Amino acid sequence: MIRRQRLAVGVCALFAALTAGIAFPSGAVADETEQTAPKVELVLDVSGSMRTRDIDGGTRMAAAKQAFNEVLDATPEEVELGIRTLGANYRGDDRKEGCKDTAQLYPVGPLNRTDAKTAVATLSPTGWTPIGPALLKAADDLNGGNGTRRIVLISDGEDTCQPLDPCEVAREIAAKGIGLTIDTLGLVPDAKTRAQLSCIADATGGTYTDVRHKEELSDRVGQLVDRAADPVVTPVATEGADRCEKAPALKSGLYTDREEFGQQRWYKVDVEPGQELRASVSVADDRAVNPHYGVLLRAVTVHGREIVRGEAAGTGRTDVVSTGLRYPKQDSDDDSAPAETVCLQVTQSFSAASGVKTTPGLPLELTVDVVDGPSGHRDVAAFGLGRGWWLLGALVLAGFLAGLLWGWLSRWRVSVWRTN
Amino acid sequence: MRITRVLGAALLALGLAAGPAAADSSPSPSASADDDAPTQAGTSFRTAAEIEQGERATASGSTGDYLYWSFPADTGQRPTVKATVKLPARHGAETWQLDVYDGLRRRQACQYGAQSRTAAPDAGSVELACVLRTVRGWSEPWANDPLPGTYYIRLTVVDLAAFDLGQPVGAEVRVDSKDIGGAAAVDGSLGKPLVPGIAVKSAQEKEGSKEAVLSSFGRDGWSSGWWSDRWVWTGIGGVLAALAGIGGYALTRGSGRPSRVPPGA
Repeated sequence: MIRRQRLAVGVCALFAALTAGIAFPSGAVADETEQTAPKVELVLDVSGSMRTRDIDGGTRMAAAKQAFNEVLDATPEEVELGIRTLGANYRGDDRKEGCKDTAQLYPVGPLNRTDAKTAVATLSPTGWTPIGPALLKAADDLNGGNGTRRIVLISDGEDTCQPLDPCEVAREIAAKGIGLTIDTLGLVPDAKTRAQLSCIADATGGTYTDVRHKEELSDRVGQLVDRAADPVVTPVATEGADRCEKAPALKSGLYTDREEFGQQRWYKVDVEPGQELRASVSVADDRAVNPHYGVLLRAVTVHGREIVRGEAAGTGRTDVVSTGLRYPKQDSDDDSAPAETVCLQVTQSFSAASGVKTTPGLPLELTVDVVDGPSGHRDVAAFGLGRGWWLLGALVLAGFLAGLLWGWLSRWRVSVWRTN
Repeated sequence: MRITRVLGAALLALGLAAGPAAADSSPSPSASADDDAPTQAGTSFRTAAEIEQGERATASGSTGDYLYWSFPADTGQRPTVKATVKLPARHGAETWQLDVYDGLRRRQACQYGAQSRTAAPDAGSVELACVLRTVRGWSEPWANDPLPGTYYIRLTVVDLAAFDLGQPVGAEVRVDSKDIGGAAAVDGSLGKPLVPGIAVKSAQEKEGSKEAVLSSFGRDGWSSGWWSDRWVWTGIGGVLAALAGIGGYALTRGSGRPSRVPPGA
């Protein structure tokens, strides 16, 4: 065991030294991040119902204010934070006016804690609950940059501005922008509010939390803001075609697309001889779908022959269904052998639950990796080596028989030589 | 001759002892300090929290969240994923499920272990486990055998009452693995471990820029795949065969000089 470890360590060290030498010939490594700052907007419901005293003896508004103060203190430096309110200003009864009532309390940008806290302190519960319009505006506030974007919506009631369904608004926002997530928190919600807020969260790959205590609220909002600060790969938007010839050519990377129900998506990847193509795809269900679903990813030659496929099916509650495939292309003796174009076809078998809008399509995430050096393989066992008592027995028996035979042969030879 | 026989017997005994000893040796999971273990989980494949084997990762979330972690597994290991979910004080019956996906996001089967379990109403916690298949060094592209690389854990509730949605829960995840050794040593190896984004990452490393990566495992530390205890077994087999050969040869010669040979010949 010790020997084995030493060997492994030695080999690893040698390998590391070699690759390090190749990878960093100059030894200079830039240490700057190229991603822009992550942006978070907190969207707070300041409607009249926030006056209700049912969170640890205080009003919902008081709990929200306290949580905001704690979160503002703990916000990581690199995060650009903004605050938007809904239903904070209009006191009247006109639904039309009330449903326009959303305002930016603190603009998204580098955080000045004192200013932000002062702004929060001025809030008092007032008007309607225009969730949909507020989300649209919040998405506009977060525009620009390629960092992660997050909306944290805190509400205690369902949207009062029908027919604009905030759930569909959220889906539209997610389809427009890349990497925008909406997390929702319900303050002592009823069943309808819970359903609506969790629908908004599901539409964008966010999370829903039910809040009944003060510390739950500050913990969760703090956690969500921290989560925004984690560096994440931002996918590149692409649009697959309905057949291979028109498909976009992809290189190694992370891509996102939308795929409608019953639609197929094609992409192309060039693979040189001696390289291996790895592709994985996840299709997320951002709306109510029927509980049996699947996804199929096929690698097909330009002539339509299937090389390899990845398939997955599932049943029950899920966020994504995903599968992947790999295709090692054999090394060619001919150095000038051309790269092969591999077509990737993605189909999914989600079906929308009744009464659910089918556009925009379901979000699709595609990872493509073209790596050097395909896997080599010659035998079932490592290097064709054997193992086990049967092997030892067979070798001993064979050796013994060979020795015996050799002995008899040489005896026979000696006696033949003697008699002549 | 006697010396050879004694030596042979000794070698045989040694071989018998060494064979299984080498085969059964397995590294004890390195119990690393839990101080730097992640205390948050990701919410998608892209944001999965990275953990090492033997680390106890914790996370807090809400019922209904999809919690993701990722861990590296190397050739010859048989990972066991264990998860404990601490449920809120009051809740209805809910079913929790643990899924494991490989670096290509293909779902990996559990050999045994309670992958999904229904917690009785008001139960304090629910424990899940999944024992994966042994990670092979190589497999055909058409198979979905576990290969060395990144693995993803997804923990979520799959069946719950509407009023339980969004309740605070705590989760705890730990991955340990058993070293299966030479029995699982197949021939061949992958060009690169199955780590998502590895092509982009190695290009970045060459340029010297640092960006967020899909999975940060796989820079080094992966087994080269050439060592297995099959070398020991085959080597000992060769020695034993040689000794048996000598033994067989010796048998045909009898002991001492043949009686028929006249003295002085």
